[in-house]
Amino acid sequence: MRDGRVDGLEDSLSPAFETQEYDVLVIGAGGAGLRAAIAASAAGVRVGVVCKSLLGKAHTVMAEGGIAAALGNVDDRDNWRVHFADTMRGGQYLNNWRMAEIHAKEAPACVRELEAWGALFDRTADGRILQRNFGGHAYPRLAHVGDRTGLEMIRTLQDHGVHRGIAFHMECTVIRLLKDGDRVVGALAYERERGRMQVFHARAVILATGGVGRAYRITSNSWEYTGDGQALAYEAGADLIDMEFVQFHPTGMVWPPSVQGILVTEGVRGEGGVLRNKAGRRFMFDDIPPLYRSQTADSEEEGWRYTQGDRNARRPPELLTRDHVARCIVREVKEGRGSPHGGVYLDIAWIRAKIPHAAEHIKRKLPSMYHQFQQLASIDITEEAMEVGPTTHYMMGGVRVDAETQMSAVPGLFAVGECAAGLHGANRLGGNSLSDLLVFGKRAGEAAAQFAGQQRAGQIDTEAVETAARRALGPFDRAAAGKGEGPFELQAELQNAMQELVGIVRREDEMQHALEKIADLKHRAARVAVFGNREYNPGWHTALDLASLLTVAEAITSAALARRESRGAHFRDDYPQKDEAAGRTQTVVRRGPDGAMRVTREPVSQPPEPLRAIIEEFK
Amino acid sequence: MSRTGTFRVWRGDATGGAFETYTTPVAEGMVVLDAVHQIQAAQANDLAVRWNCKAGRCGSCSAEINGMPALMCMTRLADLPLERPVTVEPLKAFPVVKDLVTDVSWNYEVKKQIKPFRPRPADADGQWRMAQADVDRVMEFRKCIECFLCQDVCHVLRNHRKHAEFIGPRFLVHAAALEMHPLDVEDRTDDLRRAHGIGFCNITKCCTTVCPEQIVITDNAIIPLKERVVDRAYDPLRALVRLVRRGP
Repeated sequence: MRDGRVDGLEDSLSPAFETQEYDVLVIGAGGAGLRAAIAASAAGVRVGVVCKSLLGKAHTVMAEGGIAAALGNVDDRDNWRVHFADTMRGGQYLNNWRMAEIHAKEAPACVRELEAWGALFDRTADGRILQRNFGGHAYPRLAHVGDRTGLEMIRTLQDHGVHRGIAFHMECTVIRLLKDGDRVVGALAYERERGRMQVFHARAVILATGGVGRAYRITSNSWEYTGDGQALAYEAGADLIDMEFVQFHPTGMVWPPSVQGILVTEGVRGEGGVLRNKAGRRFMFDDIPPLYRSQTADSEEEGWRYTQGDRNARRPPELLTRDHVARCIVREVKEGRGSPHGGVYLDIAWIRAKIPHAAEHIKRKLPSMYHQFQQLASIDITEEAMEVGPTTHYMMGGVRVDAETQMSAVPGLFAVGECAAGLHGANRLGGNSLSDLLVFGKRAGEAAAQFAGQQRAGQIDTEAVETAARRALGPFDRAAAGKGEGPFELQAELQNAMQELVGIVRREDEMQHALEKIADLKHRAARVAVFGNREYNPGWHTALDLASLLTVAEAITSAALARRESRGAHFRDDYPQKDEAAGRTQTVVRRGPDGAMRVTREPVSQPPEPLRAIIEEFK
Repeated sequence: MSRTGTFRVWRGDATGGAFETYTTPVAEGMVVLDAVHQIQAAQANDLAVRWNCKAGRCGSCSAEINGMPALMCMTRLADLPLERPVTVEPLKAFPVVKDLVTDVSWNYEVKKQIKPFRPRPADADGQWRMAQADVDRVMEFRKCIECFLCQDVCHVLRNHRKHAEFIGPRFLVHAAALEMHPLDVEDRTDDLRRAHGIGFCNITKCCTTVCPEQIVITDNAIIPLKERVVDRAYDPLRALVRLVRRGP
């Protein structure tokens, strides 16, 4: 590693740079970033990881349900072919079929590898990894540990990674990718503690920055998820695809207001929890999509038997895909059948009528949920129903990548995990995210290491660095001059606009209005002012994150306007039906030569015959 | 329940600081972190605070609230006496960076010094079989969210500043999770005694009191490890065997 200083301007706000050099730079330290860093490091190259928070705090810790992998430990009818077919059906066949195939084939080995690194999963009676039911998966498929699988995964990867000699730069945010010609050769970042600018030289860069939840008011995502990876890649010339597909998780907390949006795991429904409206009706039985009719229980009794492992029973409608469950909840609330605080009831306590020691069972299977409701809402979920409603949870769209290597259209720039796109198509199945991180994290790390080995060191464009750094410090100059708006107000305005205008149910006129709003906010964000200094200043961080948020908000809205049909997570009031032709195309967003956002529709590659046969077999 | 609360928030950096008083509206269900965020958004944009999940799952927003180490996201205002100002200040066992943010990097260095997981060979088919009961035994330790509240409250670190000699409750829990892992075959007993300074712990159980995950740190993690150390190092019978083995 080379440490040096390049001094910039003389004044107190000068962007002085520290420099670091790696073969592979990973941006983000959630499951995908850590798995990629471990793979690259195992390939023998120098690896640096930059993350916005402290190590081990990324959103992967919030994953509750489990890791989808066709181990076949609980039901031996399961195998990669069924997992592949389930993933494609869940994604409404807009998935990148090759990614879905690789994912289904490689997930089991990745889970076993995690176990070899110390992760502990719940066990079957014969001592193997236990698997649980989840929405859209035909068989019990999620390797899990209670309802804190994400914590187990991130801690295992973190502990394995620190013993490999990977360099971690915590609380450091990348604001620009640096290019040498067409190739990405580094990144410009600032570290939070002192606000110093850092230049990272790298022969390959892996984006693993996660999602975009902060573009909405109600979200399960933390402050970090501002679409940085998508925005950085877009600015660097990569394609974004499927940006209209934002997953609204059906069950977030709705009360009290301060916890609105916090996730309530699908595992509650996997363990037998049911959704009811204020009349006590299991409304999910009222609307079962044709694609799933043959796989869904006819009666409450059959649904219950499914959750208890009866191989001959079909799944209850509560375990239909997330997009559908979320819309059914919205419908109940809109039509006046919701709970007092604008949600519906999620009831796990009812299983008292079915099994002995139900309270202990619930606490053992869903300890974090028990704890969360007890502490934040004073509700004992073993006694009472929870109130839940949809929350912005996951971004299916993101950087278009090569299925084998995860490299984007820009040489040297890789993307993996939530900030990449392709695997999930129009809707992600629960549990397919953690497996995505492992399977493609490993592939991205290996491919990036190999790519880095074939490259000469790139040339950093110092002028581009100076310009970007100066722009980043602009908010302080404006504050000194006594003009400009505060960053928090702008962020809140954007979140409200996206929530109201580009949410679960969308319409042409509302989205046009959103685009106007975004244009206005862009204009105002360029003049935002920040008081104080560069040392750990959340106002400044929020101001810089605004740029990414606005880029992804524009991409989401533009893509949603371009898809004139309803499919998966994207539902349009003005085009409520599926359109067969649209179902064979995907939305591509890229930066035009004039700097304006361009949206095109391109045909989706169709799977080859053997895979088509698998899809048909399990339809 | 529309009213206001008064918060005394410590503002400053490594060179010093003081409490500043803010008032902010209090709504039903609010936690301390909500109040801090409201103050940050409306009155003090540059107020430094760490947070992520806001659900007690990531362990980022550790602070001292009315003098008690706690997660700001899990401390409800309804449980505090709001007729008095609520004090919010940074952890004391670590150097202050700014306002409520402390430099916890020491913890990440400590973890590197603990011998990593080393599994026994897998069964013939490449899988490991283990009983749920054996998994359950270490689950308690693996719930740890690394909020470092136990490190903050531990007098060995907080008052006696033994950071160079003692790894603290968090990493004794980590060592216990590894030592009692059903597959692990590594031996950390000598390290615990010498390098990790387990003897400094005199079982005051303050760490257990503040743990937001309700890990019974002292009884379930530290004491069994102490027993292992004592068995190995201080058992007179073993000492005799060692002496004989070494021979004249």
